Amino acid sequence: MSVHLLLDGVNRSFDGYKAINDLSLAVDKGELRAVIGPNGAGKTTMMDIITGKTRPDSGGVWWNQTVDLTKIDEAGSARLGIGRKFQKPTVFETHSVEENIALSLKAERSVLATLFHRQTEAEAARITELLELVRLEGDRHRPAADLSHGQKQWLEIGMLLAQDPELLLVDEPAAGMTDAETMRTAELLRSLAGKHTVIVVEHDMDFVRALDCRVTVLHQGHVLTEGSLDHVSANPEVIEVYLGR
Amino acid sequence: MTSLIDRRMGIFLAGLFVLTVAVPIGNLAFDGKVVPSYIVSLLGKYLCYALLAVALDMVWGFCGILSLGHGAFFALGGYAMGMHLMREIGDRGVYANPDLPDFMVFLSWDELPWFWMGFDNFWFASLMVMLVPGALAFLFGWFAFRSRVTGVYLSIITQAMTYALQLAFFRNEMGFGGNNGLTDFKDVLGFPIQSDATRAGLFVCTAIALALGLLIARAITTSKLGMILVCIRDAESRTRFMGYRVEGYKLFIFVVSAMMAGVAGALYTPQVGIINPGEFSPANSIEIVIWVALGGRGTLVGAALGAILVALAKTLFTGWFPEFWLFALGGLFILVTLFLPKGVLGLIEETFARKKKPAPALQEAKA
Ligand SMILES: Nc1ncnc2c1ncn2[C@@H]1O[C@H](COP(=O)(O)OP(=O)(O)OP(=O)(O)O)[C@@H](O)[C@H]1O
Ligand SMILES: [Mg+2]
Repeated sequence: MSVHLLLDGVNRSFDGYKAINDLSLAVDKGELRAVIGPNGAGKTTMMDIITGKTRPDSGGVWWNQTVDLTKIDEAGSARLGIGRKFQKPTVFETHSVEENIALSLKAERSVLATLFHRQTEAEAARITELLELVRLEGDRHRPAADLSHGQKQWLEIGMLLAQDPELLLVDEPAAGMTDAETMRTAELLRSLAGKHTVIVVEHDMDFVRALDCRVTVLHQGHVLTEGSLDHVSANPEVIEVYLGR
Repeated sequence: MTSLIDRRMGIFLAGLFVLTVAVPIGNLAFDGKVVPSYIVSLLGKYLCYALLAVALDMVWGFCGILSLGHGAFFALGGYAMGMHLMREIGDRGVYANPDLPDFMVFLSWDELPWFWMGFDNFWFASLMVMLVPGALAFLFGWFAFRSRVTGVYLSIITQAMTYALQLAFFRNEMGFGGNNGLTDFKDVLGFPIQSDATRAGLFVCTAIALALGLLIARAITTSKLGMILVCIRDAESRTRFMGYRVEGYKLFIFVVSAMMAGVAGALYTPQVGIINPGEFSPANSIEIVIWVALGGRGTLVGAALGAILVALAKTLFTGWFPEFWLFALGGLFILVTLFLPKGVLGLIEETFARKKKPAPALQEAKA
């Protein structure tokens, strides 16, 4: 298995506070990885660094062992094949549910291509397929602003899938979802692994257990430990900083 | 897919068409007794403003770029056309110099500056009407959008841009007639500029330009690109994470809008008979924003309507109490922002929707 994403001794501070501290992490192609850790551990900041939103002060971030992600901006990372679901669900509120998906679909992103774009039948079919998957088929013509918090989470997952990224960065997808929905999300993410590489951040331990994958524990911007969920939850340090709270 | 001509666009274009036919006939066929000649030019001026408002609505209403410098693009278009009209005067100026406009003779210049070259040709000038504002918008946008200047900072630098241009155009050395600007035009394309027929012709051209401008703006804003503009307006950062280079989209719409504003300016100059640095004044650019807000931001037709209504109100009001116009305008703006977030167009449409509800059968029959 080849390493898909590699963080190598990454540092980043904000006003003297080291949000990311010598962070090293390797994720294989097709792997499903859960990242857990207390609030402020730097999980979201890590995703910001991978997607070019935040530049590291030092350290390397490598894509497919060849592309230097620290030199690439947000749009560039998306074009490489990195898709992101945000902690705070952000959908385009004035657009309809369907349009949100349509705009996310993998397609040419240039100004001229979008100016003259006409929706193809294949695209229309894919949109319907995705809407059915995230169970928003009945709401497709409603403005996204009308959706509940949980539905927005689903819409954002649909938008993420529409991009058909190679790597999915999924930040707290289960927040605002019912237990049944949470389990369905875990199932969906598991089904993506293999074909896609997936990194999931989540606080919900039942959800992480359902993912049934390797877990990385982040604390103060550094990897505390890594391994199966049972392995890391037996770690006294992890219990002290996170699980035992 | 949304249709190019929706209900409101259809109604507006129909109204515009009636005006385009009725005004010249009312003027020419009745010897100016039904529609006086000055009214023709006045209405033509309103339509120029309407086109300018549509241009601003594309960037502000759809892409969220609050440009407070669109007056500059309008004025540049106006100057480009003014330069051609100056050249058309030929040797009929006060100094009867066949090679130089009067103001250059007055400043005892020997020859035409290089940047006046080519303006003898109407088509060259028409090209410049769009190219000059477009190029300025491109340069400005290239730097501003790439450095991710947004919101109020962007608005402030657009104000600075138009103010700087105003100061520059005031200077005689610039070669654009200093504070007098360009005026005393005689002909346009060989037709005497003061004649009723020419005025009517200019009015019709402006109406056509407005209709085309609206349709182009509508085509752009209903395209996939237009939807991305709205994404940028509502959640710029999120749009980047979907792989869209936001700078490119902003630059595109900013340049298209500046060109449209330039065309509006070019049609304005022959109808009012003068273009001077006052058109660059920061207050003018702010007024355009008020038109759009008042008419209904992000609706195109509303922006055009807002421009016409405010210009009409200004004409009437300045006739009655000239000193109070700015207060009235400011007051109007505050009232609209507080009570009519969707502008006048929103108010009209809601009123109609309410009236229609009790009789759904009628509505269906009509549609
Ligand atoms: N742009 C920024 N400017 C200043 N400080 C920041 C910035 N981004 C993150 N931080 C700080 O970095 C630290 C890590 O934040 P981050 O959001 O990555 O935590 P997290 O692990 O995602 O936490 P949570 O579980 O609450 O989402 C926090 O102390 C935060 O305040
Ligand atoms: Mg976070």
